[in-house]
Amino acid sequence: MRTKRVVFRSLWLPYLLIAPQIAITAIFFLWPAGQAIYQSFLRQDAFGLRTEFVGLENFARLVNDPLYLKSFTTTLVFSALVAGISMGVALLLAVMADRVLRSALFYRTLLIWPYAVAPAVAGVLWFFLFNPTIGIAAYFLARLGYEWNHYASGTDAMALIVIAAAWRQVSYNFLFFLAGLQAIPGSLTEAAAMDAAGPFKRFWTIQLPLLSPTVFFLLVVNLVYAFFDTFGIVHATTRGGPGNDTAILVFEVWRDAFEGLDLGFSAAQSVVLMAIVIALTAIQFRYIERRVEY
Amino acid sequence: MVENRPLTNIVTHGVLILGAAVFVLPIWIAFVASTHTGREVNRGLTLWPGDQFIANYTTALTEGVATAGAPPLALMLFNSTVMALAIAVGKITISLLSAFAIVYFRFPFRVLAFWTIFVTLMLPVEVRILPTFEVVAGLGLLNSYAGLSIPLIASATATFLFRQFFMTVPDELTEAARIDGAGPLRFFRDILVPLSRTNLAALFVILFIYGWNQYLWPLLVTTDESYYTIVMGIQRMLATSDQLPEWHLIMATAILAMIPPVLVIVLMQRLFVRGLVEVEK
Repeated sequence: MRTKRVVFRSLWLPYLLIAPQIAITAIFFLWPAGQAIYQSFLRQDAFGLRTEFVGLENFARLVNDPLYLKSFTTTLVFSALVAGISMGVALLLAVMADRVLRSALFYRTLLIWPYAVAPAVAGVLWFFLFNPTIGIAAYFLARLGYEWNHYASGTDAMALIVIAAAWRQVSYNFLFFLAGLQAIPGSLTEAAAMDAAGPFKRFWTIQLPLLSPTVFFLLVVNLVYAFFDTFGIVHATTRGGPGNDTAILVFEVWRDAFEGLDLGFSAAQSVVLMAIVIALTAIQFRYIERRVEY
Repeated sequence: MVENRPLTNIVTHGVLILGAAVFVLPIWIAFVASTHTGREVNRGLTLWPGDQFIANYTTALTEGVATAGAPPLALMLFNSTVMALAIAVGKITISLLSAFAIVYFRFPFRVLAFWTIFVTLMLPVEVRILPTFEVVAGLGLLNSYAGLSIPLIASATATFLFRQFFMTVPDELTEAARIDGAGPLRFFRDILVPLSRTNLAALFVILFIYGWNQYLWPLLVTTDESYYTIVMGIQRMLATSDQLPEWHLIMATAILAMIPPVLVIVLMQRLFVRGLVEVEK
């Protein structure tokens, strides 16, 4: 790892400078992560009086627990929908904004602010809009002949959290797509236009291929977002229901720890989630060119 | 624009305006609902603001939604501000210091320290919910501002950002400072920090929003209502079991909860975009 050619000399100062960050990392990140791994091999009785080492039993329970497996599928469906919808809409809007260069900044202002809205607040907004008795969206759906009810229908509840999660994430994707599009040299598109390639053809043969690194990068970021940052949406609105139709993995970890008080089981789920984050981060670093070098 | 096609231009602007409208719709409806009485909202379908703006927001700010056991919004807004500022300032401070140590010194365990910081990228709160809660509880930090902010202020991304930036600062500056007799701390304070000003500001915008929008963490570490943050407190108002939620006040809360971060993004758009791109690249 590189340093400067010119460095300062001191025996104690660098340690002092780095100490706060290392201390916080050790106390609030490494130790709890270690605890999660350790606890995942233990079982505690309901009163927390006795703990015994059970090896991989918690993991075996996970693999055989239909609720947990369902939560896995739910999370995958949810993440795929959130990533797909928010990236699709963002790409469409970014391509449009890129066409009207002079107003691009104006539209950017109109489109980026939802990123500032917390996931939980976004959830509450859409929850109200789709409220079966007083929500406007539900009212119009009823006029179209669809009885929306996210309290009763798992599909409706899933649609609700997908919309809320995607709504907020479009801004983020839009920013990166727009930046990516604007980095494509104008001469390329102009040359294609002179060869009589229309906007559609230019999009498919020039812009999209050149955007593929951005697409891939955003895909990973969106999956991480859908997996981990959407707890607030689920917790504030559907609470995992109806049934367990919207109980995503992070929500299950929280519920098993704080409502089910099933510590070993929750810890085992934490370990699975850690593996997922590590895998996603590794993909991000391995395949996406980052300007950080180590 | 490559060629001039009037029809395509109209479609382009049309799609963009429609997109922007769909984005604003939930906010508009929320605002409308927050300006009517609860009874009017529960009758359903209002599209135009009513005359209860001042009454509703005054109630929300000073009394809160009493039936749901949520504290007045003024208090929750204050808590959110403290938490967001503490997280933003804390992260920036410790990251600046550690990046300085990593770039400008050679010392044993330097690479180990770097990797220790790197690992935090892979361990968001969401994957270590219960053990982190136990640590914070063990330290007696539940229901405190320290408990709300300190466990979140270690950040690998901010450290990397500053490290990258420091690598681009010319060595000649360091040499010149040394010839003039400046020690490392003097160099840090008088040269490095002023040079990092733009990065600092961009990062501050991102981290303020990150801190403001925290949900899971405040939910875990606060049981005392007087430490609720607004983003987290809003769910308490929804969770009324025996009566209709007071939608007009909940929507007022939602609006108040999003105003500070939205204002930050819109007013500091350039810094925000810069920060976002710098952090993620």
